[in-house]
Amino acid sequence: MGESLKCDLCGKPATVHLTQIVNNQIHKLDLCEECAAAKGVTDPTGFSLADLLVNKPAAAETPASQLVCEHCGFTQADFKKLGRLGCPACYERFSPILEPVLANMHKGVTHLGKVPARSIERRTLLDRIARLERELTDAVRSERYEDAARLRDEITAMKEAMSGRPAVS
Amino acid sequence: MIIAPLLESRADFGETSGPRGSVVLMTRIRFARNLARHAFPGWAKDAQRREVFATSLAAVAGLKEMKKGISAEMSDLDELERQILFERHLISRELMGMKTGSGFVISRDQSCAVMINEEDHLRIQVIKAGFHFKKAWNVLNGIDTSLEETLDYAFSPTLGFLTACPTNVGTAMRASAMMHLPALVIGGQMEKVVRAVNQLGIAVRGLFGEGSDATGSIFQISNQTTLGEGEEEILKRLTAVLNSVIEQENNTRARLLETEPAKLFDKIGRAFGILRNAYVLSSSEAMNMLSLVRLGVDLKMLPVELRSTVDRLFIECQPGHVQYAARKPIETAERDSFRARLLRAEFEKVGTPDFNPRNDDNEPTATN
Repeated sequence: MGESLKCDLCGKPATVHLTQIVNNQIHKLDLCEECAAAKGVTDPTGFSLADLLVNKPAAAETPASQLVCEHCGFTQADFKKLGRLGCPACYERFSPILEPVLANMHKGVTHLGKVPARSIERRTLLDRIARLERELTDAVRSERYEDAARLRDEITAMKEAMSGRPAVS
Repeated sequence: MIIAPLLESRADFGETSGPRGSVVLMTRIRFARNLARHAFPGWAKDAQRREVFATSLAAVAGLKEMKKGISAEMSDLDELERQILFERHLISRELMGMKTGSGFVISRDQSCAVMINEEDHLRIQVIKAGFHFKKAWNVLNGIDTSLEETLDYAFSPTLGFLTACPTNVGTAMRASAMMHLPALVIGGQMEKVVRAVNQLGIAVRGLFGEGSDATGSIFQISNQTTLGEGEEEILKRLTAVLNSVIEQENNTRARLLETEPAKLFDKIGRAFGILRNAYVLSSSEAMNMLSLVRLGVDLKMLPVELRSTVDRLFIECQPGHVQYAARKPIETAERDSFRARLLRAEFEKVGTPDFNPRNDDNEPTATN
């Protein structure tokens, strides 16, 4: 005894000594003043030894489990704050947290009303054109010119069919 | 003034006759719609908002229903114009506070109004005087289908129309009736009605929506849920609830007339006296007095033609409208005397109320 304790984080002489009991295990920690201040040890209520031991900031758990919409960058925290969503794609991205909310709020969880038939028809047609264009590129690359010609005609016909109804989104 | 053409052509106040129309001032249905693959207005960047605004404005202004209508970006409007449109229920309080990249298109007869980049990309509403959900639905459904010819809506087969707020997802339809319920208010029954109606998934709000009070005993009653039920089912359910509220109001009127006629006549007579003789009137006092006079019309103490005048005055006694009628900027105090003058002029033309309303065979007429 009599030997002065060193800071567990930087090795300087320790002046702050902590004892915390987590899951019936006693953890002791010795820190110098600088490290103690940097880790926020001056406020014992907002400090967790467990966080210090695994060497990460106290609030790290929350952002790690947060959902983010890749399409618009909207986060779960934004939703919590605003009560609104960022874009239509958020509905899919946030479905784990939205489902219980919707079930609580509405009469059911499945839409039973009007369907925008034109939008859906147009979307289906656009998807088909995109698929045919990919097939056309493949056909040209592998020199299947008969197939390529057929695909090109098919795409032209579909585009003409669509031109009567301009799609804006 | 951009909105001058609207103010010159009067909105329809004439279809509130009949036993149901006397209680329901107007019905309104609105759809919230968003464009696929675009951030909702509250989250979109300025450039994205402007793009959606331009696309939507072109599509909406091109509708046959909007021919000769007006459209504008909010930044083009001054405070007074915003206030007037809000008082006419053509734009929301939220849109009033917005500027560049948000705006509206309103039909000349003001029965159809589309807000662009409010909470959702599009908020399309159709208003009909009186109790006419079916008519409003037919027009709105037609407009929505026409818009969908050129706009790609954000839609999910399971969740329906996708909206900025999850409370609107699904049909994204809010149907409401503006109801005049003076007897339920006088009889102290309103709280009971609100509680009962809330339990059925129907919301009750004041005249100007969320957070507003029930000045003039006017309440907005609307569906609260939008997912898990089709549009026509929602309207059917709402209609059933509204019919029962109308019945309650009419029963309470009959009971008040039976049990406390003097109290009722006194209220109506005083209201008439104030409107005809006052020199200073705040907008809320004017609304409350007009409400009682309207009840007097329903109880046949006053000529039935007065009802549409009262319905028009409900709007024209609002601060923005009074300011506009004065043709110059005036402060609150001056506005209150200007309002009183407007109302005196209207009520000088009306005869004295006939307080013998129970004699139904001999319909009372006002004496000039």
